Amino acid sequence: MRIEARSLSFSVRGKALLSDVSLSAQPGETLALVGPNGSGKSTLMRLLAGLARPSQGDVLLAEQPLARLSRREIAQRIAIVEQQADTAERITARSVVELGRTPWLSALRPWSGEDTRQVDKALRTVEMEAFAQREWATLSGGERQRLHIARALAQQPGLLLLDEPTNHLDIHHQLSILNCVRNLKVTAVVALHDLNQALTCDRVAVLSGGRLVASGTPQQALTPDTVSEVFGITARQVRDAGGGAPHLSFHLA
Amino acid sequence: MSAAAALAWQGVRGACLALPVLAAAVLAGAMIGETSLAPDLVLSVLVNKLAGAGLPVDPVDQGIIWSYRLPRALVAGACGAALAVTGVVLQALLRNALADPYILGISAGASTGAVAVTIAGLGGGALSLSFGAFNGALLAFGFVAILARAAGAGSSRAAAAQIVLAGIAGSQLFNALTAFIIAKSANADQARGIMFWLMGNLSGVRWPDVWLAVPLALAGWMVCRFHARALDAFTFGTDSAAALGIPVRRVQVVLIFATALMTAVMVSIVGSIGFVGLVIPHAARFLVGPGHRRLMPAAALTGAVFLIGADIVSRIIIPGQVLPIGVVTALIGAPAFAIILVRGQRTAR
Ligand SMILES: Nc1ncnc2c1ncn2[C@@H]1O[C@H](COP(=O)(O)OP(=O)(O)OP(=O)(O)O)[C@@H](O)[C@H]1O
Ligand SMILES: [Mg+2]
Repeated sequence: MRIEARSLSFSVRGKALLSDVSLSAQPGETLALVGPNGSGKSTLMRLLAGLARPSQGDVLLAEQPLARLSRREIAQRIAIVEQQADTAERITARSVVELGRTPWLSALRPWSGEDTRQVDKALRTVEMEAFAQREWATLSGGERQRLHIARALAQQPGLLLLDEPTNHLDIHHQLSILNCVRNLKVTAVVALHDLNQALTCDRVAVLSGGRLVASGTPQQALTPDTVSEVFGITARQVRDAGGGAPHLSFHLA
Repeated sequence: MSAAAALAWQGVRGACLALPVLAAAVLAGAMIGETSLAPDLVLSVLVNKLAGAGLPVDPVDQGIIWSYRLPRALVAGACGAALAVTGVVLQALLRNALADPYILGISAGASTGAVAVTIAGLGGGALSLSFGAFNGALLAFGFVAILARAAGAGSSRAAAAQIVLAGIAGSQLFNALTAFIIAKSANADQARGIMFWLMGNLSGVRWPDVWLAVPLALAGWMVCRFHARALDAFTFGTDSAAALGIPVRRVQVVLIFATALMTAVMVSIVGSIGFVGLVIPHAARFLVGPGHRRLMPAAALTGAVFLIGADIVSRIIIPGQVLPIGVVTALIGAPAFAIILVRGQRTAR
């Protein structure tokens, strides 16, 4: 599902958090969103998910203005994993994932075998089947994060918005989650802090101070110069002896 | 099986489980009292009154059962169910385990309305205490709702906390008004009467109250049960609910108004009975877990049975004297809840 942001601006009480951001992701693509803390990544995610209305500009989902869809219609198309979401309820791991089926259920369309299958599949994808009956409060940070991702997958979205999905994850699960997202047929927008992981996505957009400073293929957008300037460090491109893809190495300026 | 049939089947199965328990509780409420009456006597009265049979029953017993104990048990059940369900809904919506039906200022407003009518003489004696209490409750709730709206406009993330804070402000204000009216014009007897009423009192309950309380509790329960899935979606907060397709604002408004109306009516009939709306939801959660599709019927049933039981105890515990039911709910409820809390902790994985 194609997503496009057309000159989005967003301000809270006169303070501009995003100014004139335009970007798009084609169906099936994975777009990485990078930028320093406070650069507006999460804010942009919320606008793309329709959780906040832009002050100016439009979000188009499959060429349709997001503002014209109902909450339920949006939830059947877009799933978002926010940076932080916690609960004090004594809810089981499995029921967290089951929440993902909410947009597909109604009084006349109750829970069915298909819903159970989707939940099982999502749990398997994030390797959390063994934890299904555990209580939320007893799970580790990374296990909770994987459940949030599974909940989003159970939503069967056409567009997946992940705000720092690799946060709290060990390196195995970081790589496997990103791999899974890239292999899914859905379009994904992923906020990342690991620039080398961003290099493995289809496209990259770099935000700084609420503005888009670069976007395009990873090689175009994440040049050592751009990275150095935006993050206030010195970045260098290095290749390892095995001749693999180039990656970035960093030093404080 | 079609979806609609499955739904109907679910409803029938639920009713089959709940109705016998409720009927048993109401029967107990009609049997037990200062004079104990046999169950077949209660059934004979029911047959006489409902089917017009002329079974021979002592008219005094018939009067006690039909005019006093039955309406009392039915209203206690409706009220217990409504308060428990209201507690469930507000705890989920406000994401606050301490939320209870009175958190939005309703009980404080009801007491102000009640003293305004009975003590300050508002309406020149033409208005009843219930009428005053009901309007006071709605007035206070309106105040809280407007304050919350003004304080929370634009930021959905903090909205739940703002409602709770507005509720505290409203409760303080109306409690102060109540105290002011009592201090200014009440004599000791009136003050004691009001205290008594505030702790909950079912002795004035008659059939017209049943026709108000029972249908309202049923309708309110259905509205809340209909929103069970939406309430589940609030587990991770309002943003997460919105992302799951829930029209957050509409659900909040519908449910808060439905629960406020239920609470206001119940308070105006029986006074503000504490404890039920706070603790029964937690007790029901220990029984069936946090999912609202099972929690809603479980809380309603537990609340109804609990309050019918509490009413029975309040009538017999001190011979010749009726204890305010709120005293009983807290005296039985607090230790019972303590046991559940400790047990639940031990069995937690
Ligand atoms: N409601 C608000 N009122 C005022 N400022 C806000 C509000 N929400 C966000 N901001 C500010 O907007 C900026 C962008 O926030 P955002 O959460 O989008 O950053 P981010 O790029 O996701 O950062 P991080 O990498 O730390 O997650 C921050 O400076 C933040 O302080
Ligand atoms: Mg962020």
